[in-house]
Amino acid sequence: MLRFVARRLVSMVFVLFSISVLSFLIFFATPGVDPAARIAGRNADQATLRAVRKDFGLDQPLPVRYAVMMKKLFITRDLTSYVNRGAAVIPQVTQAAPVTLSLVLGAAVIWVVFSVAMGLLAAVFRGKPIDTAVMIVGLVGISMPVFWLGEVVNLLTQSRFHDTAVFSWVPPLGYVPFTQSPVGWFTSLVFPWLTLSILYIGIYARVLRSALVEAQEEDYVRTARAKGLTERRVLIRHALRTSLIAFVSLFGLDFGALVGGGALLTEVVFGLHGVGKLTFDSLQNLDLPVILATVIYAAFFVVVANAVVDLVYASLDPRVRRA
Amino acid sequence: MSDAIAGEATAAAGDLAAVAASPWALARRRLLRNRVAQTMAGVLALIVVVCLCAPLYAAHVAHTNPFRSNIDGTTIVGGKTVPVMKESTSGLGLGVTPIGPTWDIHHYFLGADGQGRDVAARLLYGGRNSLLIGAAAALITCFFATIIGIVAGFFGGLVDGVLSRALDVIWAFPVYLLAISLSTVLIARGVSIGPFRLESGSLLLPIVIIAVVYIPYVARPIRGEVLSLRRREFVEAAIGLGASTWRVLWSDILPNIVTTAIVFFPLMLAIDMLTEAALSFLSIGVQEPNASWGTIILNGQDLLYTRPAVAIAPGIAIALTVLALNVLGDGVRDALDPRAKLRRTD
Repeated sequence: MLRFVARRLVSMVFVLFSISVLSFLIFFATPGVDPAARIAGRNADQATLRAVRKDFGLDQPLPVRYAVMMKKLFITRDLTSYVNRGAAVIPQVTQAAPVTLSLVLGAAVIWVVFSVAMGLLAAVFRGKPIDTAVMIVGLVGISMPVFWLGEVVNLLTQSRFHDTAVFSWVPPLGYVPFTQSPVGWFTSLVFPWLTLSILYIGIYARVLRSALVEAQEEDYVRTARAKGLTERRVLIRHALRTSLIAFVSLFGLDFGALVGGGALLTEVVFGLHGVGKLTFDSLQNLDLPVILATVIYAAFFVVVANAVVDLVYASLDPRVRRA
Repeated sequence: MSDAIAGEATAAAGDLAAVAASPWALARRRLLRNRVAQTMAGVLALIVVVCLCAPLYAAHVAHTNPFRSNIDGTTIVGGKTVPVMKESTSGLGLGVTPIGPTWDIHHYFLGADGQGRDVAARLLYGGRNSLLIGAAAALITCFFATIIGIVAGFFGGLVDGVLSRALDVIWAFPVYLLAISLSTVLIARGVSIGPFRLESGSLLLPIVIIAVVYIPYVARPIRGEVLSLRRREFVEAAIGLGASTWRVLWSDILPNIVTTAIVFFPLMLAIDMLTEAALSFLSIGVQEPNASWGTIILNGQDLLYTRPAVAIAPGIAIALTVLALNVLGDGVRDALDPRAKLRRTD
């Protein structure tokens, strides 16, 4: 097990390193992309361009620039933005992180509760109209673009029905910190939570249903029934427990990706200034240091989530360790 | 080719009853029995045909050019000539509001967008682009993923090591971030690779970007399947009989992998269309004045509270198309791999 953990850690570091190099190359070495021209502004003359290149170290060879950037990001932690001169990058990310975390945590609670309920319901009534109805609802949830759903939600709650009793409590778009007002935090996030969770409810209900249906065919479930246990006990204590393995590993991966900024579209539509929005804004004005920081931040969570899921799997199933 | 095989097999099956039916014929029969999947295939075909008729609609029914702004234009509502852009009456009275849906198929059926262009006509043109990008990207993904999966799984060793590591890196690079990063850099000013030049408005850019981003999702499972196929008796027998590597790959490995690639195709098409819409919504996909369903939603964002039809219509089109593709994809999977019905994990 220890060797497996060590091997997993080494590959984690390797993947993170490759991602930082890859994103560095995308933004600094793509033909036709000149960060200096971007910084200097439109129609800058050659002398200005040369000065900017020297100022920002853009005249150095690529490996040196990569090393300098990584040093500033991780060791001296004083990497600054290209666009808002002097604005440090790391505080921007740490300020955005709680917004994203609030959004993703709430959505995760909703999607786990609803998808488990829907998956169980569909599996219990397998082949019956309830099963079909639940699965159709799930499929519709998977098929809607999340940003469009967010706009429709905004249209209903902010404009069309905002003056009715149903939605009059909905605050204007934006994030309210929990420390400032717990109630404001909650009400400002309810609809972003619901919007983000709908896609995942569909996916997870389907995954859980199929795992449960598969488990029904297993010998240990037959044994549990033969022992005379009630259907409910068989389902909850025996079938559901093994079915949750696939569910939990998928959850780990999705949660990691979302915390890293994967809820970008939801954040953009609802005006939440989280990590995803920060990434998007920095991409819009090609603020390379911020992009690099957010991409590495996102990749870190994805890679860690991957590793955690693998380790949990390996501790549950010894065959994985040898593979 | 697969159609020809399936056709032959069905003909043969007619003579010999079900005994000699090929897997393709069996799959086809299973798919034909799946009413829901067939209905959705019909819906999808209808959407494709309607979108392909976009130029006919624009030229002969709506008489409009959906790519040119028409701020000073007029149209006819209920027999009266009215301007396409009305002076705004609400707020400060500044600015103009485009005409809303007239529900008249000849005159701004779904209203106009912020530049006075016919939304219905743009919706059809946009559908053409969205479907084209999705289909092309899904084809490219499945094609290269099959090659990479087969090469990595069959040859193993160093080749597998390098390919798998590369897939791992793309896999760990959050998919939306990679797509957005590539799009931001490439779509802003186009790209030149050697003698090839892709202009920034080219549809090839989003196609290639979306295709590359999803290759690991298909290549990884295919590699796993090839790994286990390699150890099967019929492959070892073929190698033992002295068959060349090409022959083994072509006639023993590939036919067993093709079904996986086919099963992935409609599902990838659905994901690709959603990705295209997201990129276009972030203004780094299909570029103006060209349209896609995502760009129309973006155009409609500013008009959301006054003219919601502009943003809502393309969203419904996307949701319907993707829903049809998902149901059809499930049907194809159940038909080609009936065991998957039990161990279905999406």
